[in-house]
Amino acid sequence: MTTNSGRRISLFLIALLASMNALAELEIQITRGAGKQTPVAIVPFGWQGNSAAPMDVAGVVAADLQRSGRFAPIEEGDMLQKPTAGVDVDFDDWSILGVEAVVVGQLTQTGENAFSVQFQLFDVFRGEQLVGYRMPATRGTLRRAAHRVADMVYEKLTGIQGVFDTQIAYVTARRTGNGRTYALVVSDADGENEHTIMESPDPIMSPAWSPDSRRLAYVSFEGNASSIFVQTLRTGNRIQVSNRPGINGSPAFSPDGRKLVLTLGGADGNLDIHVMDLASQDVKRLTTNRAIDTEGSWSPDGRQIYFTSDRSGGPQIYRIGVDGGTPERVTFEGSYNARPRLSPDGKELATVHVDRGSFRIAVMNLDERGVLVLSTGQQDESPSFAPNSDTLIYATRQGGNGVLETVSADGLVRQRLAPGQGDVREPVWSPFPLDQ
Amino acid sequence: MKDVAGSNTLSKDIDMTAYKFLGTGLLCFLLAACGSTPVPDPEPVDSDVAGSGRDGSASGVDSDRFGQGEEFGDDFDAAGELGMIIYFDFDQSELRPEYGDLLARHAARLANSSRAKARLEGHADERGSREYNIGLGERRAQAVRRMLLIQGATAEQISTVSFGEERPAAMGSDDESYAQNRRVEIKYTN
Repeated sequence: MTTNSGRRISLFLIALLASMNALAELEIQITRGAGKQTPVAIVPFGWQGNSAAPMDVAGVVAADLQRSGRFAPIEEGDMLQKPTAGVDVDFDDWSILGVEAVVVGQLTQTGENAFSVQFQLFDVFRGEQLVGYRMPATRGTLRRAAHRVADMVYEKLTGIQGVFDTQIAYVTARRTGNGRTYALVVSDADGENEHTIMESPDPIMSPAWSPDSRRLAYVSFEGNASSIFVQTLRTGNRIQVSNRPGINGSPAFSPDGRKLVLTLGGADGNLDIHVMDLASQDVKRLTTNRAIDTEGSWSPDGRQIYFTSDRSGGPQIYRIGVDGGTPERVTFEGSYNARPRLSPDGKELATVHVDRGSFRIAVMNLDERGVLVLSTGQQDESPSFAPNSDTLIYATRQGGNGVLETVSADGLVRQRLAPGQGDVREPVWSPFPLDQ
Repeated sequence: MKDVAGSNTLSKDIDMTAYKFLGTGLLCFLLAACGSTPVPDPEPVDSDVAGSGRDGSASGVDSDRFGQGEEFGDDFDAAGELGMIIYFDFDQSELRPEYGDLLARHAARLANSSRAKARLEGHADERGSREYNIGLGERRAQAVRRMLLIQGATAEQISTVSFGEERPAAMGSDDESYAQNRRVEIKYTN
């Protein structure tokens, strides 16, 4: 173990720039929805409180459901009635419109900075309530409360856990003066509430969420060499966990949050997979092959590391037990498979895969080994699963600029997130928040 | 720093430029092999210096005389003029043979001065996965490093770093841009 590693360096930067000015300003463009989009009605919530309602809860819920590509919320202007409580719902008024589900609710102010959000979801055809729920919120958490309403509605109607109350992290790059400025940014899954976590004139790469969503690991080229940092989001405190000679790259937290898989190159530039215990910062080497072994990621049970290796001539995915052993090759279809990411339910493997000459995102079922190409660009990369395993986000290019896209795991629903200016790349979807 | 290879051509331009800097018709000063490049014969040089101090012959007939030419090479500081960028073929980290000459000069420069230090910055084109491309850039930097070590530089003089696809020289998404991005840049750091 090298001596210059493992020293904790705390750097309080201007790291947590809670920037209201969102430089990337991701804008959502729906590009394709699923075959059937269920007509639903999200009725404007009732409001009881001082002055104007601080949030249009129904608007956020409707936008979330619409964005999922599986629902078609009807316009407020078409609604024949606008009840705010279940007792006032007239199912005939809704079935006339072809609406299959109705959400009604109320936002009530209970204190200076205290609110109550309540809603009820009804099945129009059966004329019965599917779910009713009430939760407290503050001004600062109201938007999250609205997303949680959308999540509950989504899960009740589709059987799939919603991811509207989650976040994404990504890297932006834009021209400034004669050089470029890179930033590590976190936003809500819908692109709102962007916060710049860290900004630098040198490249930033490979962000990775801790399982409790409180930290991001990433690679920074500050000082003109790559090193790995772990930064606590709430405080901006960052610790340099690896700046060993040579390459430091590809950090990823273990499912229990205690370890980091990383790539080290050393002085001879032989990239290999290592696992670091975060408490001690001790590092254990897992691969020794002369090939490029990099891009390690964890199985959900924390027992295996999947990684990219070109030991067979070109990049393919291998896996190795976290205690070491002989790596086993996992991908056999296509000449190039890299950047492995397992779905949180452990069933699918997403890769960057060359499909007829283009770099695309593919998912492979780990049991059946069938490969499905999900994306359609030429330079698609960095796939990341949403915590419900049902959607992926990845980076692609549109007209020379880096943009993000989400796609459902069956390839049917697609959506683009484009920044106002500059490039956005390397998106990673957060885990489910622990405070749900 | 002159970007010799910015003109998009490879070995020919690098060799021609080097000859330009040697001045016209002078000796090849290389210590290491010049590879397959032919060495020009020394040409006669009119040297005023060598001829001065001599009394002219009584006759008024002037005749050209050979001056004392002199070898030079230790003075040659090509730091600003040596090509600093090595390019690579797609998916390759093998050095193209035409760079042998150039790398020999860099190795000579390092070997001649124990204080000289160089950083080799490896790069890849944008296609494919970013961290894997860090590996490709590093592989290329290591290939250049090995060649320099073989030819006389010491390990302490050379450091490597890879930027993968993160610092492109050309911003396009076409073969031309990709070719310009698959490179190792040599930067003297002292």
